[in-house]
Amino acid sequence: MLEYAIQTDGLSRSFGAVHAVEDVSIQIPAGTIFGFLGPNGSGKTTTIRLLLGLLEPTRGSATVLGFDSRSQASDIRQRTGALLEHPGLYERLSAQENLEFYARVWNLTPAERDTRVKELLTHLGLWDRRGDQVGKWSRGMKQKLAVARAMLHRPSLIFLDEPTAGLDPVASAALREDLSSLVAREGVTVFLTTHNLPEAESICDLVGVIRQGRLLTVDSPAHIRTHGGEQKVEFVGQGFTPAVLDALRLRPEVADVAASNGTLTLALRDDRPVAPLVRLLVEGGCDIEEVRKGAASLEQAFLALMERDA
Amino acid sequence: MIADVRAMIWKEFHELRQGGGRGKYAPFILVLIYGVFFPLQAGRSWVDSYQMVGFGLGVSVFMVLSVVADSIAGERERHTLETLLASRLTDRSILVGKISAVVLYGWGLTIASLIVGLIAVNLSAGNGHLLLYPAGRAITTVVLTFLLCVLATGVGVLVSLRSSTVRQAQQVLTIGWIALIFLAVFGVQLMSPSTRLRLEHRLSTAQLTTVVIVAVLVLVLLDVLVLAINAARFQRSRLILD
Repeated sequence: MLEYAIQTDGLSRSFGAVHAVEDVSIQIPAGTIFGFLGPNGSGKTTTIRLLLGLLEPTRGSATVLGFDSRSQASDIRQRTGALLEHPGLYERLSAQENLEFYARVWNLTPAERDTRVKELLTHLGLWDRRGDQVGKWSRGMKQKLAVARAMLHRPSLIFLDEPTAGLDPVASAALREDLSSLVAREGVTVFLTTHNLPEAESICDLVGVIRQGRLLTVDSPAHIRTHGGEQKVEFVGQGFTPAVLDALRLRPEVADVAASNGTLTLALRDDRPVAPLVRLLVEGGCDIEEVRKGAASLEQAFLALMERDA
Repeated sequence: MIADVRAMIWKEFHELRQGGGRGKYAPFILVLIYGVFFPLQAGRSWVDSYQMVGFGLGVSVFMVLSVVADSIAGERERHTLETLLASRLTDRSILVGKISAVVLYGWGLTIASLIVGLIAVNLSAGNGHLLLYPAGRAITTVVLTFLLCVLATGVGVLVSLRSSTVRQAQQVLTIGWIALIFLAVFGVQLMSPSTRLRLEHRLSTAQLTTVVIVAVLVLVLLDVLVLAINAARFQRSRLILD
């Protein structure tokens, strides 16, 4: 088995003067869920297009499932499934016909085709509506069907561009569970883009943050949370005098200080220890009753990264 | 590649079955208009004269132009093209599948219209006799309509690839087709009398077989040319950027 499902080295793509993707180097281990985060227009979709060999890089290279995206793109597409920016469903066809078409494209035998289509539609709760024209469906139902299409031929790597967009919370949770179990059961690698940061936090093994085509960081969500964002610490007590607050502001690890109604809130840079600050407060004459330390959420870390890069 | 082309044809026909965007019953209505109304107007001369050949050629182009834009430009307009391009299908099999489906649709409906026309004429003007198209004329029609369908589809693909919407492609194709007919009609009118006489003389003295062979050769040549341009133009990297 391959160690890395995706490896890029200085991957870049420009459209005229616009650098859509610039010098992106990542290594995504096989059998993991990789979340690609970034604001709209940051280069996520272009990166997926480059990895699928739909676009040629201007500079750099990408190896997907051991194949070069420039010269072996058809080998990559043979082994991958994709849900791109749009569901890409044929709205005049029924759900079953949509899946049957792609089952034919992926050369599934008629028996496999029937079994797999039924299995996926049943699993996603769409079997009873299989004969409906997809155009008459809600966005969420279309999205589910598009996810089913991406998984139809049991690919080794699945690209999902905003897979839970338009799905209700129950369907989103079910899809997340499906993806996690797929990875655990079949060793599939999932490359997903999402704006839903709690979702990325809950299912991704590895997260990459991209902004204006440049990769800001690639790490585990836990590491990004502790190192990417500001850590908040709350002290409940009394005696938070201006002199103490000024002393805190001089500390290098303190990014922000705010005190009100017997609560002092500090924003700390990175994952620094709190004990020296507690000592400083006590020595400054404060009475501390409670200390609450909270790690930043992935969302806070993401926003902090964006702010830092702006 | 054959299995891939067949998969594409399967999809295109399932979409066409829904009317290709023109309503579910559009093909039947077209066959009724072209296969019943016009032959009944012509009566027995429908079988005896050459008008069915000209009719077949005109109808085949119309049939093709009515669906080719939807098949190519529609795929992009409805955001299904990128997913298709992200699949394992090669550019060539997608293109060949789409062209084959449109040609089979246009050509098939033209032949169906001619068969229905023959039945209509037999019922209305047969007088107990079985009326049939002369064999030579029937074969000529079948061959020429096929080649013309391929040409019209190829041109339709090129126009659709350059159009941002189905409507725009359909408008360009329809206007182009009408302009071509006007050009042919008025071109003859605008010829100097001596040139027209020379042309009429050449046509009247030429063997019909020779005219048909020349027409077939010209169409084959044009088909090959247009399909080659299609193949060069229909490429993932270009389509994605479009």
